[in-house]
Amino acid sequence: MNMQRREALKAGGGLGLFGLLAAAGLITPGQARAEWNKSAFDAKSIEDTLKALGATGAQSSTDIQITAPDIAENGAVVPVGVVSALAGVEAIAILIEKNPNPLAASFMLPAGTEASVQTRVKMGQTSDVIAIVKAGGKFIMTKKEIKVTLGGCGG
Amino acid sequence: MADPMKIRASAKDGITEVKVLMSHEMETGQRKDSSGNLVPAHFITELSAEHNGKQVLAAQFGTAVSKNPYLAFKFKGGAKGDKLAVSWVDNKGDKRTDEVQIN
Repeated sequence: MNMQRREALKAGGGLGLFGLLAAAGLITPGQARAEWNKSAFDAKSIEDTLKALGATGAQSSTDIQITAPDIAENGAVVPVGVVSALAGVEAIAILIEKNPNPLAASFMLPAGTEASVQTRVKMGQTSDVIAIVKAGGKFIMTKKEIKVTLGGCGG
Repeated sequence: MADPMKIRASAKDGITEVKVLMSHEMETGQRKDSSGNLVPAHFITELSAEHNGKQVLAAQFGTAVSKNPYLAFKFKGGAKGDKLAVSWVDNKGDKRTDEVQIN
């Protein structure tokens, strides 16, 4: 009986594969932080999402631009882009206030990557879209309302 | 295994612009099928882009990202012929990596 192997399996079972890899030094702390942020994506309100992102108290700023239509005909595909002219942007997050889970996507930008991302999101109804940018260790945010006219009746 | 991504990467004036179109259902877990049962969530959770093996973008998606997700971003550096790889993982553990040459 190989007792060492049994011990290793027992320890591994508790930690899960990720913990095991982290313990073995295969995953650096930087990468470990990039694990899918379940609490942020499961949050049901803007405040909870900000808390989970560690962005509580983000200041409103005009240094971020949200590029998106004022009116989206199809809420299933709403193009949203976030651009910031600030230097040292480390992360960008896109939130949709009235969705069941506000956080739509978050981006980690290594040095050298421009603060400019575009994607497409789903919106259940007319809502504010909030962009949060982390630059130089500080969080700032801006918002833009997008009207959703599902069904094309101009509602 | 999911369908391949469409990736376009073009270098201009020292900046590489990358556009990615993934092929994925992005099921939210809130929709019901015709018999009223919830369709389980199935969506891409993480995405990573690497230029010649160095990470240039890491993204995390929630269920609010549209079906067949589109993503565009830019990074400094990158020359014609360099390799750009994009990979994603979804909540069921499916994954896919595709690689293109920057042009």
